[in-house]
Order: sequence, then structure tokens, then C-alpha cells
Amino acid sequence: MNKLYNKYEKEIQEILDRYPEVGKRSAVMPLLFLAQRETGYVPPEALADIAEIVGISTTDVAAVLGFYTLFHTEPAGRYRILICTDLPCALRGSEGYLKQVCEKLGIQEGETTADGLFTVEAVKCLAACHRAPMFQLQGDGEIQYYEDQNVEITMQIVEEIRRKVAAEKEA
Amino acid sequence: MEKYILLRHRDTPGIDELSVYQANDGLQAFEKAVKTMQPADVTLEVKNSGLRGRGGAGFPTGIKWGFLPNDSWPHYVVANADESEPGTFKDREIMESNPFQFLEGLMLACYAVQANQAFIYLRGEFWQLAAYLDQKIKDLEKAGYLGHNILGTDYSLKINTHLGAGAYICGEETALLESLEGKLGQPRLRPPFPAAVGLYAKPTLINNVETLANVPVIIQKGADWYRSIGTAQSPGVKIFSLSGCVNKPGNYELPLGVTYRELIYEHGGGILNDNKIKAVMSAGASSDVVIADDFCLETPLAYETCLERIKAPLGSASVIVLDETVDMAWLVSKTVNFFKHESCGKCTPCREGTFWMNNLTKHMMDNESNSADIDLLRDVALQMQGKCLCALGEFSTMAVVSAVDRFRADFETHVRS
Repeated sequence: MNKLYNKYEKEIQEILDRYPEVGKRSAVMPLLFLAQRETGYVPPEALADIAEIVGISTTDVAAVLGFYTLFHTEPAGRYRILICTDLPCALRGSEGYLKQVCEKLGIQEGETTADGLFTVEAVKCLAACHRAPMFQLQGDGEIQYYEDQNVEITMQIVEEIRRKVAAEKEA
Repeated sequence: MEKYILLRHRDTPGIDELSVYQANDGLQAFEKAVKTMQPADVTLEVKNSGLRGRGGAGFPTGIKWGFLPNDSWPHYVVANADESEPGTFKDREIMESNPFQFLEGLMLACYAVQANQAFIYLRGEFWQLAAYLDQKIKDLEKAGYLGHNILGTDYSLKINTHLGAGAYICGEETALLESLEGKLGQPRLRPPFPAAVGLYAKPTLINNVETLANVPVIIQKGADWYRSIGTAQSPGVKIFSLSGCVNKPGNYELPLGVTYRELIYEHGGGILNDNKIKAVMSAGASSDVVIADDFCLETPLAYETCLERIKAPLGSASVIVLDETVDMAWLVSKTVNFFKHESCGKCTPCREGTFWMNNLTKHMMDNESNSADIDLLRDVALQMQGKCLCALGEFSTMAVVSAVDRFRADFETHVRS
């Protein structure tokens, strides 16, 4: 059918099977997640592929892509460190924690580290208000919670990921 | 004795395994319902229990179930697991630690309205949780509780998870349906209501995760038993998400009618650093900032008493505690910025109103305002009220108006003389 479909045929069929025929368009968001799994953002050429699979216009797919914050249109670091700075977390020091993490990584909020591994962003509530400060790690098609953080714990996690990536490269 | 009705994993470790859940009376309610009860009787039992929607609106659950018309098919059921209100983190704990009770409640709701397909709409950040629930659903299919001809009856049911992608508005039930249909998450005009024209234009029941988790115990132990807990108008238990300036933030499952004082001081361990309490927000960032005087602290936390006594809704019971160190102008700048970010852009009062409130509070935080700006901020909020397409717009004004009215001095410190 097209490049995206051919690449993930089994998985796409499994996604389409979740919805009744009348609700084929429901597959748009799962397909956008699939399209950005490898690179962390949705490549422009995937829009037409998704449109063809679910039978809507490319413009409609692009509108959905632009509306939701978890879909990305630009490349960033391989891992996104998303720190909640909403009210309940801010009451537990998350704004200061964000600053410290950025300082340790040598970047400003919204920027990516020189090795291309980490982008830090301040985000809205992630339903972990009782375990603030906290962040979410997006990358490699996964989203993980890290709670009850301070800058030391977070930097250990960062170093672990760096070691993992270095080991991958050697292998 | 077992202490918990919803957070049962705290009594029974391992209850997230199907065999352990079954060994602790799990799925007995569902089996009883599909084998021995008429769908309408399940609805009637829930109606009699007085269970009210735990997502925030407090609408009687059984009555909602009764709204689906019997001359339009198929019916769909959607579990609202979009939990995105700042200060709310209860549904996450239920799904992570006691998933089968939630799923059984969902299955009972499906049987009651004779739906053969249900979706669990989770916020996109719950990616891990969705994969985990998928596994639990598979366990139920293998054991014969889901799929075709469940437990030898002629009832069939399929459940799928569906991930959102980071939009607070999708917790609003019509925006959720739009999103589930693969569109922008923007609220629909009502009527028609989802019970008549919902998912794929078919009758649809939408219930919050915590609401559904209550259902198995109601069917198993009966409406009268359930009514023996809580207050007359708000029966049962509620999970209170306690956050902010308290020593022990967390989820507390307590009977409805418990006071703020007990929640904050007995369960929450009192105020951080022994500071003085200044105010509470009763239902996350969407609620009024209420002065935490003795009258407020003695308020029983139930749907009717919160509205009567402190004129603030119980909502999803996400209590954010604010101590004397909290600057209310800063607080409003945080809540307004949240709503500005999350406004879906469909209706003008919300899109423009949150934009201007965000501008004004930002200037205040930069100490670039004058006294008239405080009134202007309050005025923008008041102009939005009653004019927005959905509740989100209204919610964005609650903290603004109440904080300016009750803590104006905090705002004055940011103003040029």
C-alpha cells in the first residue's frame, strides 16, 4: 500500500482491528505514535501514508498532528526529559529542580545537549503530584515515569542512559 | 479486617494478578450479573446505591446508565482515563495497582447497557499503563471473561485501550469522543448528549475510572451495604488526591463526609515545616481558592456540603493545600498559564480570555503591572463566565476571581505604586 504500511503491516492491521469499520479514522492517533517511534518525530512523508491508510486527507492528519503535544514535528534529542512545573509540583520545588537539571546538562529549557541525547522541556501536569519533583522520559518509542526526584538522582539516570547508548554504539 | 474498597492492593498485595483477584472475590459480581441478572437490574442496583460520578461532576451513575435508548444500536462504553487535572492522580493508582476491579466495573457497565465494545481512553502519558492494561485484558480473554459467549452465555464483549496525546481538554467527555474518533479534541455542542449520539454517532456511556471501580462491590454486596458508607446524598468512599504543602501527599480512600481537617492533619500529616495553612483548592487547578479557616476545615467533603458551606465543588476531590508562604498572585499565574496552554481554541471567550489572563499575570510576575491590572484581570475572568462552550473555560476563571477577591494584598505586592 505505502511505505509506512509495508514497514509495520502486522502492527497496523492490529491497530485497525480495534475499531469498527465506521470508525477507521480512530486509527490516526495510534498511527502517528507509530510513525514517530523510531525518530522521535513524525516525518512529513508519513502524513500522506497515514491519510491513505485511514481514508482521510493529508490535511486532516496534519491537523491532528498539530493539535496534540505528544506528537512532534521536529527532531530533538533522542530522549526528552519532560519536567512537570504545574502548580502541585511547583509547590514542591519543581521549578528550582528544572533549573538545576538544565544547569547540570549545560542547556536552557527547550534545548538539546551537545551529544544530541537529551532535550529538557517544562510540561503540564502528569498526574504524579504526590511524588514531585518528577519527570517523564520519552524516547525509543517509550514513555516512562521517574518520580520523587532531585537533581542528583536524575543525573544518575542520565549517566546510566549515556552508558547504555555508548555500549550500544560499541556493539 | 480489610480497610479498602477501591485501593484494595494496599490490603492484598498481588491483587493485580488475575488469580489473586479471583481468590479475593474478584469477578464474582460480573459472573453473577451475566449469568443471573437482567441488564436493567444491574443498572437499578447501581441507581439504588446512590453512586455519583467520581470524575468531578457527581452525576448519579445509575441514572446516566439509564439514559441510553433501546431503539438505537450498537451501544458503546468508554472509560475516561484521561486524568489530567493538576492535583489529580487517583485513577492512575487504581489502574496500576488494582486493574481488575476497574476492568470488572467497566465490564458490568457494558453488560448493563448491552454494549459489545468498550474503549479505555488513557492520556498519552499513560503509555506504560496502557500496555499493562492490554496485558490484563488478554488475561481476562484467556480466562473466558471477555470475548465471544462469555462464560457460556450469549453475551460478547471486546475492550481496547486508546491513547490520547497530551491534551487536558480530552477529559471533557465530548472532546474525548472527538479525539477517540481521530479528530481534534474539541468539545461538541450539546444536545445531543453522548447517551443519545456519542461515539460514531451511537449511544455511548462515558464513566470515570474510579466510578467504574466502585461498581463490582455494589453488585456483589448490594446497594444497601454501599449506602451504609458516606452521607445520604453522597454514599460510598472517595479517593482524595492530596497534594501541595502537606507532609504526606498521596491518595487517601475515605468515606465521603470526612472533613478537610481530618484529611489534611490526620491523614496528610499536617502542613509542611509546621507552617500555617492559608487556603485550599477543593478540586485541583479548576477550583476556587478557599480560605482555610475553621469553618472551611470543618466542612464535610461530600458533593452537597462542599457546595453549601464553601461554595466550591467537591469535583474530583483533588485537594491542593496552600500554606502561608504561597503567593496567590504566583498561584494564579500558574493556573492561568495551564489553562491558556490547554485551551482547545474552539470558542472565543476561552481562547482569548485565557490568553489575556496569562498576559496580565505574566506582567504581574515581572512586576510590570499597575493596580488597575488587578481589576482588569478579575474583569476578564468575569466576562468569560457563562460564555464558554465547555467547562474548561469556566474552570480557568475560578482561581482568578476567588484569589483576587480573598487575597488582593498578594497581588498588590507585584504592582508598581
